[in-house]
Amino acid sequence: MATIERIQAPVTTPAGAAGDRRADDASRGTRRVFFLVVLAAASTIFLYPFVWLVVASLKPRERTFADPFVPWPTPFAPGNYAAVWDAAPMLTWMLNSLVVGVVAALTVTLSSAFIAFGFAYFRFPGRNLLFGSVLGTMMLPAAVTLVPTYLIWNTVGLTGTQVPLWAGNLFGSAFYIFLLRQFLLGVPRYVFEAARVDGATYFDLFRRIALPLARPALIIAFIFELKASWFDLMKPLIYLQDPALFTLPRGLKAIVDQFYQGGDPKWEIVLAAGVLTTLPLIIVFFVGQRYFVQGIATTGNRG
Amino acid sequence: MRRLRPETRWAYVFVLPWLAGLLVFQLGPMVASLVLSLTDYDLIDSPRFAGLDNYTRMAEDPKVARAIGNTVLYTALHVPLAIVIALALALILNRVTGRAAGVFRTVFYLPSMTPYVAVGVLFLFLLNGQAGMVNQFLALFGVSGPQWTTDPDWMLAGIVVMSLWNLGTTTIILFAALRNVPRELSEAAMIDGAGAWQRFRAVTVPMISSALFFVVIINTITSLQMFDQVYTMYFSSQTAQQASGDAALFYVVYLFQQAFQFLHMGYASALAWVLFVVIALITLVQVKVGGRLVYYEAEEHA
Repeated sequence: MATIERIQAPVTTPAGAAGDRRADDASRGTRRVFFLVVLAAASTIFLYPFVWLVVASLKPRERTFADPFVPWPTPFAPGNYAAVWDAAPMLTWMLNSLVVGVVAALTVTLSSAFIAFGFAYFRFPGRNLLFGSVLGTMMLPAAVTLVPTYLIWNTVGLTGTQVPLWAGNLFGSAFYIFLLRQFLLGVPRYVFEAARVDGATYFDLFRRIALPLARPALIIAFIFELKASWFDLMKPLIYLQDPALFTLPRGLKAIVDQFYQGGDPKWEIVLAAGVLTTLPLIIVFFVGQRYFVQGIATTGNRG
Repeated sequence: MRRLRPETRWAYVFVLPWLAGLLVFQLGPMVASLVLSLTDYDLIDSPRFAGLDNYTRMAEDPKVARAIGNTVLYTALHVPLAIVIALALALILNRVTGRAAGVFRTVFYLPSMTPYVAVGVLFLFLLNGQAGMVNQFLALFGVSGPQWTTDPDWMLAGIVVMSLWNLGTTTIILFAALRNVPRELSEAAMIDGAGAWQRFRAVTVPMISSALFFVVIINTITSLQMFDQVYTMYFSSQTAQQASGDAALFYVVYLFQQAFQFLHMGYASALAWVLFVVIALITLVQVKVGGRLVYYEAEEHA
């Protein structure tokens, strides 16, 4: 409404313009306050569940559901975290998640960069067709290949180990190949040609020029895969039977089955385990925030 | 054989891992999946050819109908709601700008950093019918909330509520697109006398149409494959039969149960192939329709 008034206001008289600007500033100010209030309300909806989770995990069981809008634990029961340590091998699961996550992220980042360099630097017969297959598999639902992939790992005797959780990453992943190729296409060709003239091999070009220059994109790929691996429930469900090999999500699922659904409700343990599963990623997010936002924005703009 | 130039040979060395992975982990399994879907296979005895039995069985299986119904209804509710809310948040973020916008953007993204298993756990508690926070909040306004996690008529609604807590990615994509809309366009429209709604319809939406299109496709595909949260909340490996019936049975959950709990590998492969065809068709339709609706700036200059 305010904008329409402004359009219709005479713009020729200086006095009118000045008065108009003052009114405009005021309405812009109130509008900004209104927007901030809306955003603060939305933020509360997004943030408060975390607060509730942490607070409830620090309360005794019979108080789990009591006073959900009091943002501190009454009474304070930090012993829940000792109890979860006794009830389940949380530390083992955490280390498993960390090792699997780092291996998965490293392998997919390096292999995708290697492949992306191939697509970005060279012209070769079949390139467009092969790159088309990269784009095509982005839309391929993982569920379609679930059973045959299981049969492959079963044939080579690697079910029951953590290998299937990351080994597929050795062959690159469509999303990261796309991202890294885009990035490498931005590198001026003469940078590579100059190195060629100086006698660098193609592998040198990749290792000494492409990899260092693509660092921001490599970090994006690394932290996205770390997150994906830390989220993954289905592969651990399929491939891991031994609780000593469980990753955190698989372990948390086991805890829910035993202490929430089962006949032995220990809510405080489920909640504390939930906090311990979530916290490491939140820390990763705050450290690498810039890259997350960049990564999402780049993919989104692709359209 | 024709001799390849060394450069071309090196090119193939670099893309070889992709080609190998494509054959072993994508195309091979897709073909294998199609072949398996025509057999009975339980991992113990070798596969037995069964023709189209698995597909006719699917057509008659009431659980398949239920799973499809739930999954489609969830997708139809989640996708429009998620995009409208995320777009509203992104539009407001775009108006406040500066440091505040960055802080809010971070806050909106935090739920997306919560592993889905933890999201499922959290919402089991929040949506608890007797004492959960959601119903206690509704009670402040005198509303007596439903039994979100146990009443079959309300379970799907509860899952949609949970899904709307996770709008971070969609919001960031739309916000990034909005920031790329040149301010002059909006100002020019304003000078021409366009109101806020007209500017939104005629300038903003076309300028971010490719991002909108992208989030519609991505949200649809991921919704149709919903698994982690729902499986965490309502299913477990010990008890295949759930007290709550099939109210939370999603398509991929059923596929997973058939494959890895009942070891019906052939039937699960048939389920997988139908899912693949459906997702491919939906994506194709969206691309066709989208191609007409999306405004690509590049076309103007071409």
